[in-house]
Amino acid sequence: MNETITADAAAARPRADGAEQGATSRQASAIEMQGLHKRFGRDTVALDGVDLTIEAGEFFTLLGPSGCGKTTLLRILAGLEDADDGRLAIGGRDITEVPPHRRSVNTVFQSYALFPHLSVRENLAFGLKMRGMAAAGRHAKVDEIADFIKLGDLVDRRVDQLSGGQRQRIALARALVCEPDVLLLDEPLSALDAGLRSQLQVELLRVQKRLGMTFVFVTHDQQEAMVMSDRIAVLNGGVIQQVGPPRAVYEHPVNAFVARFMGHDNLYSVTGRQGSRLATALGELIIAEAGEGELLLIRPETLDLLPGEVAGNNHLPAVVAERLYRGSHAEYRLEVGDTTLQATLNNRGRHLPEVGDRVTVTVAPHDLVTLSE
Amino acid sequence: MAYNGVMPSARSRAMVREARHLLFTVAPGAIWIVIFLVLPGAYLMGVAFMTNGPYGLPEMPLSLASFERLAGFGFLGWSPGNLYTLLRSLWQTAVSTGLVVLVAYPIAYYITTCREKWRPIMLLLVVVPSWTNQVIRTFGWMNLLAPGTPLSGLAEGLGLIAPNMGLYPSNFAVTLGLVYNFLPFMVLPLYAAFEKLDTAQVEAAQDLFASPVRAFWHAVFPQTLPGLLAGIVLVAIPAFGMYVIPELLGGGKGMMLGNLVATQFSGGANWPLGAAGAILMLIATFIGLFAMRRIGKRLGGGEEVVI
Repeated sequence: MNETITADAAAARPRADGAEQGATSRQASAIEMQGLHKRFGRDTVALDGVDLTIEAGEFFTLLGPSGCGKTTLLRILAGLEDADDGRLAIGGRDITEVPPHRRSVNTVFQSYALFPHLSVRENLAFGLKMRGMAAAGRHAKVDEIADFIKLGDLVDRRVDQLSGGQRQRIALARALVCEPDVLLLDEPLSALDAGLRSQLQVELLRVQKRLGMTFVFVTHDQQEAMVMSDRIAVLNGGVIQQVGPPRAVYEHPVNAFVARFMGHDNLYSVTGRQGSRLATALGELIIAEAGEGELLLIRPETLDLLPGEVAGNNHLPAVVAERLYRGSHAEYRLEVGDTTLQATLNNRGRHLPEVGDRVTVTVAPHDLVTLSE
Repeated sequence: MAYNGVMPSARSRAMVREARHLLFTVAPGAIWIVIFLVLPGAYLMGVAFMTNGPYGLPEMPLSLASFERLAGFGFLGWSPGNLYTLLRSLWQTAVSTGLVVLVAYPIAYYITTCREKWRPIMLLLVVVPSWTNQVIRTFGWMNLLAPGTPLSGLAEGLGLIAPNMGLYPSNFAVTLGLVYNFLPFMVLPLYAAFEKLDTAQVEAAQDLFASPVRAFWHAVFPQTLPGLLAGIVLVAIPAFGMYVIPELLGGGKGMMLGNLVATQFSGGANWPLGAAGAILMLIATFIGLFAMRRIGKRLGGGEEVVI
């Protein structure tokens, strides 16, 4: 079994390289959005003024909870939904009024939306056929993409004979074979189990890097967004909260919503400040860059635990209330006075304090961030 | 030795038990079919090959006289009357089935686009008329289409019919009656087909460069085909044998095969001829079904379309 796979991959390589060249010779396209508004019915505001520029060749992720407007924004890019107001341009060309079938944009749908009455090959060739490519050309193109995505003999199957992961790859190939200026992906991995999901994340990322195509990816999973994206836009209530590379969004969230959505729980209000000294419920903390924000964010992985009571700046006495041992690391719930603090400790052969132990929490001033509500 | 002797008898006992089980489960249905389908069918077949007696009842000897008369050969030589009736039946069936498809398709699609809570009510509205007796509904159409009614007046005004003729009786009235009567039988299977369809597939087709018309033709239509074929069978077969509607709305020139057969068993009194007509209908229906299966297999991409 292994041998056949390697043989397949080897046979696929020269052609795949051809596909890569073919695709990269195309100019990857940037997307510009200006003042996009969309409401459904009278009360539901899906998008409330979105201004966003996505660079050519970027893996860009729209991240947010359900109902934040990320899918609506993607559908407007595809032309499946009309914006009430605002402009949209791809590759410098205004396409606000262009219907979906005239846009060089293809979508991988959340439900995959493969055509059950067509074979896999006919599914893959659908876009090419609609664009009027002759049968011989379609056949060659489909073979090429099947090699590139390593679909192997799936091409000759029926859609209902495919597993979830296989359907996902066919849906991706069906969109990629059209060589669009922009590829849109609407939570394409959400229906898959965890193992397959992380495998396909890597695969998708590699495909995007090899083709250099602009990908716009929608997800509600911040881990997935961080793994895959060049840049992330976090949306809430139809408004973009923050745009930036994964590290910036995770380590320097601009507000409490972004911080909480990125998985941060250690947020404390700043009750007073004097230069670089902040007064909080935890006690007095020294911060390297004292911003204007009225909230203090302490990331659990920046904390260290010392046994017993040790005095010093940014040294907080605490009691271990809970410990979740996860193998590679341990998650702690600590009580600092009446306040709770989460900490994550790497399991590097160090001493891992037990529940009930008295410890001292330390944090470096440059790891502290303030942000606004 | 003892082992070899015991085993077969145990096995045969199990087989007997199984056979008895099979008998009890299958027998009621089989008996029903034999009494109400096979025996009458065989009787009809026998009657068709007998001679017409003086009172219209079948008598010996066996003959092909009924089929000859059905083909139009009478005492006065050949007449095309029965042939016309057959052709009229086929024509009415084809036209009304076609019209039912054209009317039902948008209705079924429209219902699937409605909010979920409204759909059962919309379907009910489609079906409710068929809960009334067919004869009563057909009388309703007689009253609507008779000479002097607003609809007839409108048709006269537009020059579609001669003055004071009325829209009924006519072949048009029969077609209208058939379309009206069989609409629910097409809407329901089409609705079922539309409801199974993932709307994302329509969007996917448009996303893959299909104009709305081509998206319908390549992504929607093939998937509604099983429903459409089922609907055609549900409409065309009863329409072909329809008796009430042509009887009431057709007048003398609107007669269909069903009326021809019915007449032979009542007023006209020629049982063998009636039986021969019924067999003709049966054969035509089987040919139609066979053709539908072939079409279904072909268009369904080799997948069996269950009829």
